[in-house]
Amino acid sequence: MAAYIGTPTSRVDGRAKVTGEAKYAAEFNSDGLVYGAIVTSTIAKGRIKRLDASAAKRVDGVLDVLTHENRPHMADADQAWKDDVAPEKGSPFRPLYDDGIRFSRQPIALVLAREWEIAVFAATLLDVEYASEAHVTDLYAERDKAFVVEKPAKPRGDAPRAYAASEVRHEDEYFVPVEHHNPMELFAATVVWEGGGKLTVYDKTQGVQNVQRYVCSAFNKKPEDVRVVSAFMGGGFGAGLRPQYEVALAVLGALALQRSVRVVLSRAQMYGLGYRPATIERLAVGASKDGTLNAMTHEATAVTSEYEDFSRNDTGWGGVLYNSPNVNFVHRLARLDVSTPCDMRAPGAATGVYGLESAMDELAVALKLDPVELRLKSYSDRDRNEDRPYTSKQLRECYAQGAAAFGWSRRNPEPRSMRDGKELVGWGMASGVWEALQMPAAARIVLTANGHADVSCAASDIGTGTYTILAQVAADALGLPIENISVKLGDSTLPDAPVEGGSWMAASASHAVIATAEEVRTELLAAAKTIENSPLADAKAEDVVLADGKIMSKHDQSRAVSITDIMRHSGADRILKEKKHEFGEDSSHARNTHSAVFVEVKIDEELGIIRVTRVVSAVAAGRILNTKTAASQIIGGVVWGIGMALHEETVFDHRFGRIMNANIAEYHVPVNADIHDIKVIFVDEPDEKINKLGVKGVGEIGIVGVPAAIANAVYHATGTRVRDLPITLDKVLG
Amino acid sequence: MPTSTAPDADTSLPGKIPITLTVNGTEAQLQLSPWVSLLDALRDRLNLTGTKKGCDHGQCGACTVIVDGRRVLSCLTLAVMKDGAKVTTVEGLASGGTLHPVQQAFIDQDAFQCGYCTSGQICSAVALIAEGRAKSADEIRELMSGNICRCGAYPNIVAAIQQAMGRA
Ligand code: FES
Ligand code: FES
Repeated sequence: MAAYIGTPTSRVDGRAKVTGEAKYAAEFNSDGLVYGAIVTSTIAKGRIKRLDASAAKRVDGVLDVLTHENRPHMADADQAWKDDVAPEKGSPFRPLYDDGIRFSRQPIALVLAREWEIAVFAATLLDVEYASEAHVTDLYAERDKAFVVEKPAKPRGDAPRAYAASEVRHEDEYFVPVEHHNPMELFAATVVWEGGGKLTVYDKTQGVQNVQRYVCSAFNKKPEDVRVVSAFMGGGFGAGLRPQYEVALAVLGALALQRSVRVVLSRAQMYGLGYRPATIERLAVGASKDGTLNAMTHEATAVTSEYEDFSRNDTGWGGVLYNSPNVNFVHRLARLDVSTPCDMRAPGAATGVYGLESAMDELAVALKLDPVELRLKSYSDRDRNEDRPYTSKQLRECYAQGAAAFGWSRRNPEPRSMRDGKELVGWGMASGVWEALQMPAAARIVLTANGHADVSCAASDIGTGTYTILAQVAADALGLPIENISVKLGDSTLPDAPVEGGSWMAASASHAVIATAEEVRTELLAAAKTIENSPLADAKAEDVVLADGKIMSKHDQSRAVSITDIMRHSGADRILKEKKHEFGEDSSHARNTHSAVFVEVKIDEELGIIRVTRVVSAVAAGRILNTKTAASQIIGGVVWGIGMALHEETVFDHRFGRIMNANIAEYHVPVNADIHDIKVIFVDEPDEKINKLGVKGVGEIGIVGVPAAIANAVYHATGTRVRDLPITLDKVLG
Repeated sequence: MPTSTAPDADTSLPGKIPITLTVNGTEAQLQLSPWVSLLDALRDRLNLTGTKKGCDHGQCGACTVIVDGRRVLSCLTLAVMKDGAKVTTVEGLASGGTLHPVQQAFIDQDAFQCGYCTSGQICSAVALIAEGRAKSADEIRELMSGNICRCGAYPNIVAAIQQAMGRA
């Protein structure tokens, strides 16, 4: 096994995507489809006093206007609205529930019309009167009221005392603003009214079964009556982990009219969904003169909403990466009048490691020590938080190979010492770390006599390459050419899968396919044995493999029977197997991916324009199933890191509690001209402990460390340390 | 979004206008209100959903199509203004079963992930190559910067366009 695993196989869904055949949530057209346009609140807090939709309803073609006053019934209990990944504490948001306004751009009405343009026009005719209340949307204004939510790791030693006693110290705060995912596809749901109470829901989601359960519980539907499909998703990055309000609104519309309804958010309305919470990262790191780390305190204060406590691990990463005898980690939340934050690519790590690795750079400067050296001095072969070994950790190799490929040894450590014409040149680096998570998942394989296999699973491919890696894994496990494998994903009626996120899908779904393929092999062997004079008559399950369309002895390839012959003999035209795979509960080892990121920036000395001209990202993430699509994941993560470092910021006007750049022109994301040379290195990291295939997942690790590496390079170029993202030219010039 | 609207607001709709579009070589007769964008005409009326909507405001490039040989943002184009025009969308690039060289290059170079910006990127790239303006990688980056890819496939998009230019 392993003809396809590990190769740069091109995406099996590539053709569908380059020809426009791949259909996304808003692209299922049908006769009589009704279009829904959303109206959102203009205030941040208070309630709706009066909502007059009479003018909108008079528009020819408008079928109804749904508000909290006239919507169909939906569940009242919080529990009914809690999806698989909802925060433990809180009361989930539900659109059009009551007259309360909890955040600006909260949906308050759904205008349903026979044409999209008519719905949008009518939506401008609503007459709304609010009773406003005082709101707070500024994290700094509420930081003193922030409360402690979790300690990601027990404190060790006495960090404050050790810090005070350290010979060389650095303490400061770093700030990450609110950022929005801005996937290219607008959030959308098309609910097809199938009659008899049945709904087919095409939703933009990273978890079709999560949405299916949510719709059933919120609208009191039987599981067999709701099917949710998301075969293609135009980017998620965490925004589609939880069911978003488009799906609830589209279901409400369909129930009200008993017709098929499509609801599409505008780009501006997508700023009323979840986001990466603004976070203040406070770091205090102390070392002895030789650079041995003594003390580390990391305190994060992050935004959450008034109605849910969303928090992620920002502060524990220092205990995973480094060996410091004294540590203290604290995570706090401040409640603001905003929508609940949600996971956004490497939640917690992208922000926390930015603070941590910036502070480590500042400590290296204070120590006059090379930043790579400092990290090697406190390199940890154990996860210090849990005091356990890693299943594998080739971070040392990441530093070595990344530095070599970048040419780090030629770096002059003095700030402002390197230049290229009128540009200052800066070289910076940082470490990255993420968790290698894995979840239970099931797969179905239907093997037909002609040697073709259909592989299916409810998992979504959000652009990560799940279709392709599952085709590779199935081809290898079944011993078939990849052209003979079809993969079906993103349908709630398919075998169980977790939501697609956290980098766990590659490991989770591929092991489901392997486990199911083993069942297929067992059945083929049993059938092969019944053939007269079978060459496999006395073969045991562990002695055979599937290869070249046959089942054969591992020890003697001439002892083989073809799948076609087995099926012909047994009279079956197909074998169908479905199996759920679970990873054993084993917390004896830490499971993590790591990276070392090296960055070159060039900064126009007069204008302050910053360009990231070179990035080398050396990643240790176990076995790479597909070197082509995995490299794309890392490149994408690096591009996100560049955006986070230099461009991205959701800007509030706190007087109105409202986002002022709710569009994709004023919320800056990197464009092609911003991106230059990005080199990805996958460091060899065999891992026999983590799982059968040694797979760890690569969706998040690519971004982690990049913002700090860029901030550190900007300091090296200019001598100016910017501690609040994004690093815009005014901060460098100022 | 106005918070207050007079109850006697004008709620009348504009009349419909007949137009003809030749899309991917096929002539289509449409009756459209003047406020229908070319993008929505393609997606909702002609069921050509290959052209994508990422912003509806001319900010992202996902809706790029080729109108009379030029790249156009179909979300910023009213369909009635293009009466008689020839439109090529991503669905019209392959001939028979053979992909356009740019489409093939996008697959070979893994120049997309989610695929949502891809139709726009490909239409832009096809027109860009036809314009003959982009030579260096830097020029490609600059001239392709109207097409946002949130998945961050930019280096591979540049490689794909270079591959296609080599063959063209
Ligand atoms: S949809 Fe037209 S530019 Fe974004
Ligand atoms: S491929 Fe996802 S936005 Fe470009």
